[in-house]
Amino acid sequence: MIRRFAQRAFIFFSVLLINSTAIAQPDGKALFTSNCASCHHPVKKSTGPALQGVDGRVPSKEWLHKWVRNSAGMIASGDEYAQKIYNEYNKTAMTAFPNLTDEEIDAIVGYVNSYKAPTTAVPAGGGATAPKEDNTWLYGVLTGILFLLGVILWRVNSGLRRAAHQKEGIPTEDEIPLYRNKVVIALTCIVVFIFCGYWIVNGAIEMGRQQNYQPEQPIFYSHKVHAGINQVNCLYCHAGAEKSRQAMIPSANVCMNCHMQINEYTSEETHPLYTAEGVKVNGTEEIKKLYDYAGWDEKTGTYKRKPNGEIDSRPIPWTKIHNLADHVYFNHSQHVAVGKVQCQQCHGDIQNMDEVYQFSPLSMGWCINCHRQTKVQFESNNYYSIFEKYHKELKSGEREGVTVEDIGGLECQRCHY
Amino acid sequence: MSQKQYWKGIGQLQNPAAENEVADEFNESLPFDLSGNLLDATTPRRDFLKFLGFSTAAATLAASCEMPVRKVIPYAIKPEDIVPGVPNYYASTFADGGDYAPIVVKTRDGRPIKIEGNELSTITGGGTSARIQASVLNLYDKTRQRFPAAEGKEVTFDALDRQIKEALAGNTAPAYILTSTILSPTTKDVIAKFIAKYPSAKHVTYDPVSYSGMLLANEASYGKRALPSYHFDKAKTIVSLGADFLGTWLSPVEFSWQYSKGRNISARNTEMSKHYHIESNHTITGAAADERATCKPSEMGAVVVALYNAITTGAAPATGSAKLKAMITQAAADLKKGNGLVVCGSNDVHVQTVVNAINSAIGADGTTINRAVTSNYKQGIDGDMMMLVDAMNNGQVGALFIHGLNPVYEYFDSKKFEAGLAKVPVTVSFADRMDETAQKCKFIVPDHHFLESWGDAEPKSGYYSLMQPAIAPLFKTRAFQDSLLIWAGETTTYGDYWQSYWTGKLGSQENFDRALQNGVIEPAAMPMGGGSFAGNLAAATAAIQATQGAAVEVMVYEKVSIGYGGAWSNNPWLQEMPDPITRATWDNYACMSPVLAKKMDAELTALNEVVPEKRVVSIKINDTEIKLPVMVVPGMHNEVVAVALGYGRDEKVGRAAAKTGQNAYPLISSNGTTFNAYSATATVTKTDTVHAIAQVQTHASYEGRPILHEFTLEEFKKDPNALLNERAAEINKYAALPWEKDAEHHGGAHEGAEAGHDTHAAAAAGHAVAAASAVPDEEGFRKNGTLYPDYEHLGIHWGMSIDTNSCTGCGACVIACQAENNISVVGKTHVIQSHEMHWLRIDRYFAGKVEDPDSIQTIFQPMLCQHCDNAPCENVCPVSATNHSSEGINQMAYNRCIGTKYCANNCPYKVRHFNWMDWNGADCFDDNLYEDYRRDDINDDLTRMVLNPDVTVRSRGVMEKCSFCVQRLQDAKLTAKKEGRPVKDGEARTACQQACASGCIVFGNVNDPESKISKIRKEEQKERTFYVLEQIHTLPNINYLSKVRNTDLVNAAGVEKGHETIFPNDDFSQRPHA
Repeated sequence: MIRRFAQRAFIFFSVLLINSTAIAQPDGKALFTSNCASCHHPVKKSTGPALQGVDGRVPSKEWLHKWVRNSAGMIASGDEYAQKIYNEYNKTAMTAFPNLTDEEIDAIVGYVNSYKAPTTAVPAGGGATAPKEDNTWLYGVLTGILFLLGVILWRVNSGLRRAAHQKEGIPTEDEIPLYRNKVVIALTCIVVFIFCGYWIVNGAIEMGRQQNYQPEQPIFYSHKVHAGINQVNCLYCHAGAEKSRQAMIPSANVCMNCHMQINEYTSEETHPLYTAEGVKVNGTEEIKKLYDYAGWDEKTGTYKRKPNGEIDSRPIPWTKIHNLADHVYFNHSQHVAVGKVQCQQCHGDIQNMDEVYQFSPLSMGWCINCHRQTKVQFESNNYYSIFEKYHKELKSGEREGVTVEDIGGLECQRCHY
Repeated sequence: MSQKQYWKGIGQLQNPAAENEVADEFNESLPFDLSGNLLDATTPRRDFLKFLGFSTAAATLAASCEMPVRKVIPYAIKPEDIVPGVPNYYASTFADGGDYAPIVVKTRDGRPIKIEGNELSTITGGGTSARIQASVLNLYDKTRQRFPAAEGKEVTFDALDRQIKEALAGNTAPAYILTSTILSPTTKDVIAKFIAKYPSAKHVTYDPVSYSGMLLANEASYGKRALPSYHFDKAKTIVSLGADFLGTWLSPVEFSWQYSKGRNISARNTEMSKHYHIESNHTITGAAADERATCKPSEMGAVVVALYNAITTGAAPATGSAKLKAMITQAAADLKKGNGLVVCGSNDVHVQTVVNAINSAIGADGTTINRAVTSNYKQGIDGDMMMLVDAMNNGQVGALFIHGLNPVYEYFDSKKFEAGLAKVPVTVSFADRMDETAQKCKFIVPDHHFLESWGDAEPKSGYYSLMQPAIAPLFKTRAFQDSLLIWAGETTTYGDYWQSYWTGKLGSQENFDRALQNGVIEPAAMPMGGGSFAGNLAAATAAIQATQGAAVEVMVYEKVSIGYGGAWSNNPWLQEMPDPITRATWDNYACMSPVLAKKMDAELTALNEVVPEKRVVSIKINDTEIKLPVMVVPGMHNEVVAVALGYGRDEKVGRAAAKTGQNAYPLISSNGTTFNAYSATATVTKTDTVHAIAQVQTHASYEGRPILHEFTLEEFKKDPNALLNERAAEINKYAALPWEKDAEHHGGAHEGAEAGHDTHAAAAAGHAVAAASAVPDEEGFRKNGTLYPDYEHLGIHWGMSIDTNSCTGCGACVIACQAENNISVVGKTHVIQSHEMHWLRIDRYFAGKVEDPDSIQTIFQPMLCQHCDNAPCENVCPVSATNHSSEGINQMAYNRCIGTKYCANNCPYKVRHFNWMDWNGADCFDDNLYEDYRRDDINDDLTRMVLNPDVTVRSRGVMEKCSFCVQRLQDAKLTAKKEGRPVKDGEARTACQQACASGCIVFGNVNDPESKISKIRKEEQKERTFYVLEQIHTLPNINYLSKVRNTDLVNAAGVEKGHETIFPNDDFSQRPHA
């Protein structure tokens, strides 16, 4: 827990740092993240070359524009520099981006040139910033001492009184031991009932919920390394999130798009990997596990094939973290594509998790609360034009916005059918 | 007001008190003894407490276990065109024997889960039937043969091919390929290739339900052995002589679509076809008919001749009942007006020759019958089959390859076929399971299911449809065509051959790809052509006159659900689908008219439909005896017994098929040329035993409330507003509340408000008011007819309209609903206990005199959750598990339901179904699954692959009902939202709507004034629109359109006028309080 907290703090600061440098070219950064980041890094070689200073390396700016829009064409046309790059990178063709304009390409170049790797001031293993002092225990101890003091004083008082009475010959009642005192028994019962009841009801409500569930996975896949440090777009792997009910766990061949080139973990210095239990993880070994599943022969740089020519690969049996009950229908595309909800809203700070855990309770109350508070894209999505009454109210100022609840988002059969 | 009497069964008609037996919703007593002192009872309080304690402890134990660790396993290599969670659709073709439909297969994550009709087809227009809908379940049939076998043992294809090739090479006697009708041109090519390799080989085509009488008659009459294309849509007068063209005859999906076009009438278009129907049993086509009469199967020829004479000479018919005679005369007159069409279900060459002569005489050839485009649905010739069986018995057959047929079961003289089969040295079956014939064959080389196959079909000459696999073969099966090609020594596979055939035929790869995507290849316009009749009428007439009848004739018929048998017999969905007319499930039976049943002493009492146990009769023919329970069917001819085919299967066909009913094929008789679907030599005698049949019609009662509206066409033309006025008279009383005397307070917003100005006047003279305002003031009624508040429906308000005029009762919607919504199959035992789960049922009501089959009129009413805006079920739920959505859907939250069943008790439409058992293993408790050793294969891991992943599988103890296919509505809305536009009309469709071949269901957003549903209710069909039990202010979101029958003969008891409000004779006041 403490370690995670430390990590989060570290990431928070480093993200802050990145943001402050990138803020001058927001356009370039966004374009880089969505188009280039899955194969390129500003300062590191990955599937493709490191891009920092690319404008100085290539023959001309125009050459670069042409290359980005149609690299295959340039290689085919026999351009010398294009051929050289192509051969240098194992003849891996670069995806063509015919839609990028010159300005956009320049913006990307501008961004990568201004990119600075995050500082590595934080020592490995975390613990740089100690957790904030928590004084609760102190108060607890103090309360306990005071309570004990009270009891002692009460006992002393009654003992003294009895002694005094004895001395004066006033008859005293036999003292009833504490455990037979009816008031004490009744009070204890009530307290036990309340606490147990609370515990049982809460337990029953929590049944089947797995907030903070963080299982061990067959491959130590770090979202932090991919989505955080290397800024691979979430939708590159989870392509279903925009189209389908399921966000989709990527198949091994999607991993191999990049990992054909990236065969070792090179950020050992800046970001060593640890499991939640604190065991050191060798990133390169984990990539080898992927190769085993994907059927990739690292030595020859080809896929192993079965006699019938099919690639000899196996699916990776990930452990499912986010489980919804069978009677719940949840659709990612409704939330991502239509509702424009960020992944992080439900999945937490995923780009900073080495090992993923369930961030949200995924309980019905949690869903409902969000549906009550979230405003739908009422003005921008023409689907909602059918709600004429709300449009009128918005125009007249009677209404500030339309929440999911207002258009029936709390009804049973939106999610249960 | 005189009342047309509608009855669910004769019990209700003759002794309404007997219906009290079913007054309780669930037809069984509670398992506790509640008599006398509670402590003395057999189930006393202590037991109750014990059970309570035990179940609490058990639930705690079961629930307190840790959450299981679940895996999420992605593809190793994801196919490019699959997005998990998003369905893919593939155009393909349903072809089973000659039954044909172009289809679109919905696959989810690589497995087919639903079949829809292909709307690009001009033949079917996207319609389907119950069997087409259910065919996806056959793919996952647990009983399918999983590997090739020789002598019952698994072998490899290589070993099997070697053996068969050797045998073929060493054969002196010719090899025969015996198939059912083949629609595929490439398969015919493959057979030709095989015959080219083995020149002595022959191809014999035979259909279990034969049409060879028609084929031969057409050959004699027009010189071409082919069936023509029929155009029921162009026919103004349709005369069907025993042809159940809406249910089972030839191509019912195609004909239903055509037929509905002639039946879709409104106040502005009262053109309607006139349909005369003469039959021996009672079919759904008979129910749809305007005029219906009965005759014995052996008399059909005489009726045809009488009709011919009436048309050509005007001679008065001398055959049959008075009604029949009158009908023939009237039909002859109507047919002569032009645009007539006569179809006949007889398999007798002579009868069909006279039918050809009639169609020729009335000029049907070239107008309603198109002989330029042939229908290829049936090609089997009975004589060829008889010759083959003789040759087999004479040892003249060297090898027999059987595809798509099961003659040991389906051939009428099965013993002879079996004896012959034993004499054939090499016997190969391509069956999908160890059926009766495959068990007797040396080799079984299972063919793919059609959803696993490449293929094609030419249903009509010049019309093509392609078949593509929607899933890789599940088992070690091989295409029939591939087997033949290999044995013929060819090196190409069928898939390659098929592709090069079509690429060549279509000209380019691009055209081929487009055709594969569209599924159908059709000419721009259908060529039309007639023919000149050249048949020997005199010989035919003479032969018909020589036909011998019998006092009681036993006929066989195909059920809409099971058909000829085949794999359908083992389809639990179809087995549990109630037969449209008898409303019985899981059995076949001897259908008899009430009069004949009385003669058979079948203990015909008023409780007939209520008591499942039916008297068993023995039907003897030659040395075969079949024992079947008597099913009383009003409207059957009084001297006919009808038995359905497809039952009485072998155990290896599957658990659902085995021990269900009796095989009726032995009742088919041969006349030397063709097979007749009846026997005049069978004898029927009573036995001492009884047999229980699960019948569903008497389940759930309307307590005598009016639910249907029917008019004659004449009445409707004269006063189309009758229903509208009647509704207005009732509804407009609520136009304004008594204290809202001033019209300005309330009126203006809607028409007819003026009628409410003076509520005193309105109450005093309802009819006068109705005349003043023809349009019912639904808004006023909605608002003022209740103490509850009226809720707004912003955005979308879903609504459905069901046309009882075009509904044929075929049941495609019932199975479509079952497939779409994962509806459980409960098995026979529980159907008897009224536990069936169908969300959509088709209620069937009779009208007419019980003893006179010709007077019976039958009507269907699809009944499903009406999604009442003021729903009685919602108010009584103690946990609010059922409540209303802002879109007008009556929602059911299963996970909230605690199973009090209050809602089902309070539902006036009786459409809610309770899960009495764990039908599907959906309970959290293990080993709780209900099993009856019959329906259970539905829960096999393989069969479960058919489940729709978007719909929850319900567990025990919860209520369920129609959801308006909410998963489809949500999907349509999501698509629209993603594209940033409102939902288009017709985009959100329910499964029942999409399945319906007649297009009688319309669904849409009522708030959209441009939607079809709004237009139907407010403009096009406002005169025929009514809501069931509207007077109890449930405000249903489903409206019905009244039935209009094109008849002036009034059959129903006590009816003088045409339109009546129908009160089933079920006296509510006489009921004991339950």
